[in-house]
Amino acid sequence: MCLAIPGKIVELDRDAAHLGTVEVAGVRRKVDLGLLQDDMPVAGDWVLIHVGFAMTKISEQDAVEQMNLLQMLGEAEQAMQEVRGYGVDESGEHRQENPRPS
Amino acid sequence: MRYVDEFRDPELITKASEEIYRLADPDRHYRIMEVCGGHTHAIYRFGLKDVLPSNIELIHGPGCPVCVLPMGRIDDGLAVAKNSDVVFAAFGDMMRVPGTHGSPFEHKARGTDVRIVYSPADALQIARKNPGKHVMFFAIGFETTAPSTALTLMRAKAEGIKNFSIFCNHVTIIPAIRAILDSPDMRLDGFIGPGHVSTVIGCRPYEWIARNEGKPVVTSGFEPLDLLQSLVMLLRQLRAGEARVENQYKRVVPWEGNRAALKAMAEVFQLRPYFEWRGLGFISQSALKIRDEYAEWDAEQRFPIPGTRVTDPKAAQCGEVLKGVLKPAQCKLFGKECTPERPIGALMVSSEGSCAAYYNYEHRKAAAMVTSISSVA
Amino acid sequence: MNGKFAVEGERTAIRFRDPQIEMAHGAGGKASRRLVEGLFAPLLFQNTGEFLGDAARIRIDGAAFAITTDSFVVRPLRFPGGSIGELAVNGTMNDLAVSGAQGQAMVVTFVLEEGLPTTVLEAEVRAMAAAADRAGVAIVGGDTKVVERGKADGMYITTTGIGRIMPQVTVDARSVRAGDKVLLSGPIGDHGITILLARGELDLEANLASDTRCILSLVEAMAGEAAPGVRWMRDPTRGGVATTLNELARDSGLGIVLLEEEIPMRDEVRGACELLGLDALHIANEGQFLGVVAPEYADAALNALNQAEGGEEACVIGEVRHEPAGAVLVTTRYGGSRIVDMLVGDPLPRIC
Repeated sequence: MCLAIPGKIVELDRDAAHLGTVEVAGVRRKVDLGLLQDDMPVAGDWVLIHVGFAMTKISEQDAVEQMNLLQMLGEAEQAMQEVRGYGVDESGEHRQENPRPS
Repeated sequence: MRYVDEFRDPELITKASEEIYRLADPDRHYRIMEVCGGHTHAIYRFGLKDVLPSNIELIHGPGCPVCVLPMGRIDDGLAVAKNSDVVFAAFGDMMRVPGTHGSPFEHKARGTDVRIVYSPADALQIARKNPGKHVMFFAIGFETTAPSTALTLMRAKAEGIKNFSIFCNHVTIIPAIRAILDSPDMRLDGFIGPGHVSTVIGCRPYEWIARNEGKPVVTSGFEPLDLLQSLVMLLRQLRAGEARVENQYKRVVPWEGNRAALKAMAEVFQLRPYFEWRGLGFISQSALKIRDEYAEWDAEQRFPIPGTRVTDPKAAQCGEVLKGVLKPAQCKLFGKECTPERPIGALMVSSEGSCAAYYNYEHRKAAAMVTSISSVA
Repeated sequence: MNGKFAVEGERTAIRFRDPQIEMAHGAGGKASRRLVEGLFAPLLFQNTGEFLGDAARIRIDGAAFAITTDSFVVRPLRFPGGSIGELAVNGTMNDLAVSGAQGQAMVVTFVLEEGLPTTVLEAEVRAMAAAADRAGVAIVGGDTKVVERGKADGMYITTTGIGRIMPQVTVDARSVRAGDKVLLSGPIGDHGITILLARGELDLEANLASDTRCILSLVEAMAGEAAPGVRWMRDPTRGGVATTLNELARDSGLGIVLLEEEIPMRDEVRGACELLGLDALHIANEGQFLGVVAPEYADAALNALNQAEGGEEACVIGEVRHEPAGAVLVTTRYGGSRIVDMLVGDPLPRIC
């Protein structure tokens, strides 16, 4: 129920409006685009493929935003540690922490 | 691979892991359920438990469509194929699932025409290419897969393809989650919400979990960074005493779901009044059946169905493991009478079933843990 | 195997309980092993206690030889990168090579299906002659049978090969030690995925070809620089790298730890595996081999492979350790790990 893979639409079928060819790391397969009929993808779009059907378009912007969030993880804490090093703490609270992985 | 590799970046995984360690309150034991079998599989495949603190317990939920399929349904589907000389087409996941008289592969060995397909569209194609044979697609899956079955049926009807039918076992995810929350033995802090089901149904259907049950839900992607980020989001909510639905898998999951997909499902399917779930019993309004307008393509209306009901052996504790009450290794049959090679219960058959995943990836590891792998080469 | 065997007297217990033979029994994984160890070994192999390897060692008048037999059943007969005939020659030579032997001669049996076009048969025979020529082996005889239409999938080929054992090379799972390095000759999964795609049932296309080739020259190159350090070799055919290394882990009682990022595979193999939910470690290879080498010889062995033609992509993918005993563990750079088990039957595409 869950195996779905991002693939790039490399070609739309000339004869069948609902079919397109998708490529995943060089592997190509015909995919039914019928579930995206409200906002049909074009060649170059990335879609999520499940059992030979495109489920959604992949949002590059959301992907980039997510990566940014992930990059920032720990940065707020690093900044806090530096500040604490000067003997100043934002909230004045003493925070307990879990032992870190080695 | 784009949209895959970046979410497997080892440095970011380590960062996310460190954040989880920071956020997890050492005095608390967190019980978080990942509903979807695909998430269970991902957790094991990427070894994510190795980068989580021991006070975060991941409990495997019932979102495995093979696992919850009663054995009687497999028997019925295979009976149709055998008695009516029909091609039994199904996903690879089904091929080794034991029925009372053997799995689809075992039936194949005895002469039934059993074929693996990657897509229901491929099953329809077999029907187009073989007008002298009837092809029955044994459909399984939650709402992720149901729209594809629906579209395939719509195409079959539009083209007037008569030698094709669907044996429909599609089930819906919300009743399964309800059954978990209603279970008296269950104590959960939050949910890693289904990822791909949500591309169809959106995030709204989970709002009652947060509002009525007070548990946060984060719909998650399937890459390591997706799952870890979802845990970060859950922990932040739990620290703040919040309970909301959040969407971690934004690049793919629309909050409102996929209208065209929902429309296709509504056109072809209606809810069964009740349906039996293996391990969970009968649940009302939890499964799909084909509407009368598509009766010609409904295998259950075209062929005589024995209506087999099979009860699981009492010793098999699939129900409790499915609900997350027991760990796989706590079932008396685990690893002895019941193994992936000779499965007794469905959780051992599907590669994403808790028992199979635990057996294949984990149990020997637990015996002698290799802690840190610095350099191998 | 022509009938009579000299296992007289005591009945050896048959441990094989499956009521009928299924495809899984031929897939090279657990079911295959059950059949061989539970039915064939007790009745045929006189329980010498030797591990069942790719080839058997025999002594004739003091000289050491290796002998191997194999059957080739593949559908379709021709596929990108090769055909059944080439698989037959290369596969036999490779079994001998990883047993430390240089194949000298082969005999070949054809089981042909009634109605097989002669052009198809001729093409295979030509392919075998060419492969034998490339591999430096002589095909010295054989047998032919024809079966009725509907049997034999066109043709089945069986081979028996004999080779001279290379002097300083010993291949023995019992000589493997913790700390030994695991070497792999090149990218995995090409053959199995090519065949899967060639069958056409999944409607996938990719620019992939079988990796079928004779790897004797690579083994010779490695032996030339590192023979005293070579502990064990095997070619990961059906069941893939995972199955082969699990057999080693079982036979040696040690653990094998691989680093996921070091395992080479082509993009297309990766793409197909992700799409179909397959693990490349379970996919068949027909032109690769695994070698376990003592750490002090590992660099020399790897160097020799990389310098040899066809060995440029050889690399170290892991090492032998005490734990997890009897199992294969795949680790990642970020510290996550998973056990990889032997295959049960053929790898199946999944949607969940």
